[in-house]
Amino acid sequence: MFGYVIRRLIAAIPIALGVSMVCFALVFLAPGDPVQTLLPPDADAETVARLKALYGLDRPIVVQYFDWLWRVAGGDFGRSIANGRPVIEEIQRSLGNTVLLAGLSVLIAFSIAFVLGVIAGRKSGTWLDRLVTGVAVLGVSIPNYWLAIVLVIIFSVEMMILPSSGTAGDTFDPTSWDHIRYLILPVITLSMIPVGIIARTTRSAVSEVMNQEFVVTLRANGLPEWRVLKHAIKNALPPVLAVMGLQFGTLMGGSILVETVYAWPGSGYLLSKAILTRDVPVLQGTILVLAMIFVVTNLAVDLFQSTLDPRIRRG
Amino acid sequence: MTTRRLATLAAGFALLATLAAPPARAQETVLRVAMTAGDIPLTAGIPDQGFEGWRFVGYNLYDALVSWDLSRGDVAADIKPGLAERWEIDPNNNRRWLFHIRRGVKFHDGSPLTAADIVWNFHRFTLESAPQFNARQFAFARAYLGNYESIEQVDEFTVAITTKQPDSLLPYNMSFLMMVSPRRSAEVNNDADAFARNPSGTGPYRFSRMVPGERLELVRNAEYWDEARRPRHDRLVLLPMPEASTRTAALLSGQVDWIEAPAPDAIPRLRSSRMQIVTAPYPHNWSYQLNFVDGPFSDVRVRRAANHALNRADFRELLGGVAIESFATLPPSTPYYGNPVRYEYDPARARALLREAGCLPCRVTLAISTSGSGQMQPLPMNELVKAQMEAAGFQVTLQTMDWNALLQMGREGRERHQGVNGINISRSLQDPFNGMFRFVWSRQAAPAGSNWGHYRSPEMDALIDRALSTFDPAARLAILRQVHEKMSEDAVMLWVVHDLNPRAMSPRVRGFVQAQSWFQDLTPITIAPR
Repeated sequence: MFGYVIRRLIAAIPIALGVSMVCFALVFLAPGDPVQTLLPPDADAETVARLKALYGLDRPIVVQYFDWLWRVAGGDFGRSIANGRPVIEEIQRSLGNTVLLAGLSVLIAFSIAFVLGVIAGRKSGTWLDRLVTGVAVLGVSIPNYWLAIVLVIIFSVEMMILPSSGTAGDTFDPTSWDHIRYLILPVITLSMIPVGIIARTTRSAVSEVMNQEFVVTLRANGLPEWRVLKHAIKNALPPVLAVMGLQFGTLMGGSILVETVYAWPGSGYLLSKAILTRDVPVLQGTILVLAMIFVVTNLAVDLFQSTLDPRIRRG
Repeated sequence: MTTRRLATLAAGFALLATLAAPPARAQETVLRVAMTAGDIPLTAGIPDQGFEGWRFVGYNLYDALVSWDLSRGDVAADIKPGLAERWEIDPNNNRRWLFHIRRGVKFHDGSPLTAADIVWNFHRFTLESAPQFNARQFAFARAYLGNYESIEQVDEFTVAITTKQPDSLLPYNMSFLMMVSPRRSAEVNNDADAFARNPSGTGPYRFSRMVPGERLELVRNAEYWDEARRPRHDRLVLLPMPEASTRTAALLSGQVDWIEAPAPDAIPRLRSSRMQIVTAPYPHNWSYQLNFVDGPFSDVRVRRAANHALNRADFRELLGGVAIESFATLPPSTPYYGNPVRYEYDPARARALLREAGCLPCRVTLAISTSGSGQMQPLPMNELVKAQMEAAGFQVTLQTMDWNALLQMGREGRERHQGVNGINISRSLQDPFNGMFRFVWSRQAAPAGSNWGHYRSPEMDALIDRALSTFDPAARLAILRQVHEKMSEDAVMLWVVHDLNPRAMSPRVRGFVQAQSWFQDLTPITIAPR
């Protein structure tokens, strides 16, 4: 098991290299320029050239890449071109905000979706199933930025009971209502993203398992229905967990729209800002960290799966 | 049963509402502003994030040698004394300006301001060997120091600035250079990032706290040197909120008191909630700079035709009335507006001009952005431009890109983009150089400057040289008017609208006077109790 984890972690290194290389190349291939943000729109060419030299952006891309890589290997992510702050600090702060948001959303989404999926799967073919499937399709189809705006209109603008955007502006304090209230709308919005897909996966997994012979055997042995369900769920879990893992990864990096509408200072927001300003160090650092989170989440899911299901246990 | 459930629900809502109410604060009065910027403007001297950075951070934490008079809304804002109480050109040398530094001014760290501090700050902008030299400040300052040669301290309260060419407009450029405290900078070993986290200037507000990317809080400087501008509220909170609908919701939900640039279609909704909407013309135009070398716009008849093709009233309507028609580079309230030719909507005339120029249908490509500072609603506006031009005989291709890419194209100039006939970059036009000269002066031809399409006219160059070496304001004003009129006569741009710079604020905000400027004075604002 330990060897397996180590091997998987080592396998993450080429992924990280690949991701960072592609990202670096894309930034330089796209039109636009990182020093643009530093300069007033009317700066002359000579100023641009001098500034590029001061930031080392006039060197060949390959040299810049390896220089960046070397420093990252030593734990130095550099400084943001746009605001001069250390990249690692920017990532820590925004990632903290996103983990809070994504973590809570995941908890809510997974619980709701799982319960819905199990109900639908067990009652497969009934009106209850169709209702759950309908809700799931709705959940997948509603654009989350639209839902975000609608929630803001209802709860912030009309009822004025929840703030429309931002954070309380300090380190999050889970005991303070003043802090929690800022989280409610973004968490609800974000949790709608994975509900549909997880409910559907759970439904198909459960209904498939319910038709298997061991379920018939269990019932024939006179096990109460709730214990039958327990066995069935355990067997249906692996594919559901895999999807959940992927969805968590998506929420970590894919909440750009929700974070923008709510002006929530998370990693998606940071990423979109970095893209618009071609802030290469921030972009590279954030993408690298997000890629690693994705890798680690998948690994954790795999390990969890193999613990649950001996059939897919690895060496 | 149902009743009980309802009662519980009601109780729950009531509890929620109580909890949601903001905690009672002390008597401190707070003005909370939602900016359009995506991040907090830089706090270490000259700010970033465009003129919004100057408006909310630069001129609040700092002062420059020269200030802007933002106390009136009825005339275009002009400069006034700042950290320099007066200035004059050296009678023996028309390239040497003397600035007399105000006495008794103190930085927020308590240290007094002297001429040596001004010299130290100029070296921070320009002298790479100085320990306080800062690459970003260099980049920002550079646009205003193109003609700067050197600075020297004459005595404890006088500095002399020498320019490369005679420059009667130098005081305008001085208004953009923020003076930071050398003492505070020394305390943090001239580290700009550390300075930005605990800045010290001379401005009407002091730094209080900052959550990077989220909020900046400033507090009133009770010892500000200009007593008339000591803030009438205790605290100013600045929040970056790039999404227009997010800002609107924040104002309507009472989370902020003031928002910049609400979306035009949200204005009726804001009005119906008793929000104040303020608008005023200011030196902005939404226009296209044209290519004078390659393609159809090298012919003045085609440029005039394009200007006759637009029905500008339609744009005002599209924008919900928060813009005025633009028939020339500057808005009519500018002192040097003069009496320019007016290109009225006349599609038949446009078509005739195109026929005369032998360009019908006339194919042009315009480079545009999807968003950006001062770009208003670029996509629908450009679609309307395209439709109206095509109705008058043009065939328009819109080349769409993001703001960063368009800025780069703007900087590189027509040489690298010969297939592009016009670029839609809104510029700030706050003084004669930035409002006119840089677009039409041959010395400013891109990539050296902002003359993107390489307009060249010996007559225009002569006018500009004369203006820059005329130090008598009245005589200079006459020349500036001629420059503006000639720009219109030669149809150097395709003019569309001037933004009216809408901002919305809660009915509790009192005492604000919207100046005709990119900058605004927040200090007179009071906040009425709830």
